[in-house]
Amino acid sequence: MTEPFMMRAMLAGLALALIAAPLGCFVVWRRMAYFGETIAQGGLLGVALGVALSINVTLAVLGVAILLSILLLRLGRQNLVPLDSVLGVLAHATLAIGIVVASLVRGPNVDLMAILFGDIYAVTQTDLQWILACGLGAFVALLWIWRPLLSISVHEDLAGAEGVPVEWTKGVFIIVLAVVVAIAIKIVGALLTIAFLIMPASAARPFSETPEQMAFFATIFATLAVAFGLFVSVSLDAPGGPSIVLVLSAMFAIAMIPVALSRRAG
Amino acid sequence: MHTLYPPRQHGVTRVDKPDPSLPKMPDHIHNHDHDHHHDHDHRHDHSHGPAEPHLIGALISARGLTFKRDARVVLQNIDLDLAPGEIVTLIGPNGAGKTTLVRVLLGLEKPGSGEIRRAEELVIGYVPQRFDLDRAIPMTVERFLSLGRRRDRASQQAALVEVGAPDLADRQFTELSGGELQRVLIARALLRNPTLLVLDEPVRGVDYAGEAELYALISRIRAERGVGVLLVSHDLHVVMASSDRVICINRHVCCSGVPETVAQHPEYARLFGPVAARSFALYRHAHDHKHDLAGKPVAVREETRP
Repeated sequence: MTEPFMMRAMLAGLALALIAAPLGCFVVWRRMAYFGETIAQGGLLGVALGVALSINVTLAVLGVAILLSILLLRLGRQNLVPLDSVLGVLAHATLAIGIVVASLVRGPNVDLMAILFGDIYAVTQTDLQWILACGLGAFVALLWIWRPLLSISVHEDLAGAEGVPVEWTKGVFIIVLAVVVAIAIKIVGALLTIAFLIMPASAARPFSETPEQMAFFATIFATLAVAFGLFVSVSLDAPGGPSIVLVLSAMFAIAMIPVALSRRAG
Repeated sequence: MHTLYPPRQHGVTRVDKPDPSLPKMPDHIHNHDHDHHHDHDHRHDHSHGPAEPHLIGALISARGLTFKRDARVVLQNIDLDLAPGEIVTLIGPNGAGKTTLVRVLLGLEKPGSGEIRRAEELVIGYVPQRFDLDRAIPMTVERFLSLGRRRDRASQQAALVEVGAPDLADRQFTELSGGELQRVLIARALLRNPTLLVLDEPVRGVDYAGEAELYALISRIRAERGVGVLLVSHDLHVVMASSDRVICINRHVCCSGVPETVAQHPEYARLFGPVAARSFALYRHAHDHKHDLAGKPVAVREETRP
């Protein structure tokens, strides 16, 4: 476990866990799992475009994620087509465009499996610097908007009436989400990114009395899952990202057993 | 951005549409005698005649508010004043635009036309209508109270005591009963030290006995703190009895005045039907016998409630 690629994988995974877990709580609270899924799948298009245009892949993914978020927020204001259908359309549209563009590029840098499921062991020193810088930036921004965003998530009108800048706070949140999706794609891939956001938060919910407790437990679960998932991955010679998500799934299952068995769940 | 709470500067009145010709509002006035112009029966005519000037000394004063949603007129030419210490109840049938009017007054929506003047001392404590906290968000009452304005635990406890809910601080928010929830919401509003409480349907999800208690609580808060109260309701009889003034709206202001006048107004009877008007009158009778209301359900009440 001391080889450089292993250390980089561990550091990248832990950095992602520290920001994705608290951010994921808001994704759960604000019922934005499909929103996150859609912009994560758009990441494939970002990677393909980045390679095709020879620009930094993380920046390309970030750009696509932000554009997609703006598009989603715009489309969310109409009600002719329900939002979940809009999300379904956009998620698969970007996935399809991404795969077509990726197949046209056909460079050695485009490994479809790696983009879809991540390749944590391929994280380079440069990647790691990006992940740490973006992760830290996202973390600071999330702490900064924590209270207003929580207030909005509890009741938007009440928050607005109490002077919270609602649209501005939501805008910062979307950008933070896009940044985290952009760094997560390198690690766990476009298809598993949203799992990294919502699984720790969901597993933490049954143990939590306050929002901050939930964020704390989610962070603990996510970091444990990264460490244990990489161990499983090395032991079984299985891919890293899916192994981490597998451990998170097991954590969620264990956390939910008492809830499922209790009478209140019915 | 539309800020609700301007910095407190003496002698400065915030006006949405600046008009230098209008007089400045005086400093905070405690006026519990409501003998100003609107206590008589006051039928607004909807023709666009010269608008009345803004009420001097009002916490909030709106003139000619119009609001459209998708080309549908939701509010038309609404005038509204609320003086310090006054309880005003906004009634109207479902879809009359009550909640929209509140959202416009709170600054959550921008009116299409019209003007709102807010006194410099205006601080609004808002109790919203529907409050179904998602169970996905774990939340104790204490944490919920701290979301509105950061206050120490003693202040929070004092607010809970004031609303008659001293033991709720550590409870999970989603486990509160309807009445407890409303009290916690009022406590959060009070922690802002408001000069105006805006309560949108505060007795929703509360049983009949609880309703009377909540209205008594609101009356007591008004008496003790001297706050203005804007109450939204479609529940006519109980609310009206505790109000200084009632404004009946159905997109426009149908009628307004002291409760008795409004209840006898033909517009009111037309909107709510003769039964509502009658039950209001009978309620006033029952209200004279508070002991009966608080005690076992007596015959008077059973007859009055259809």
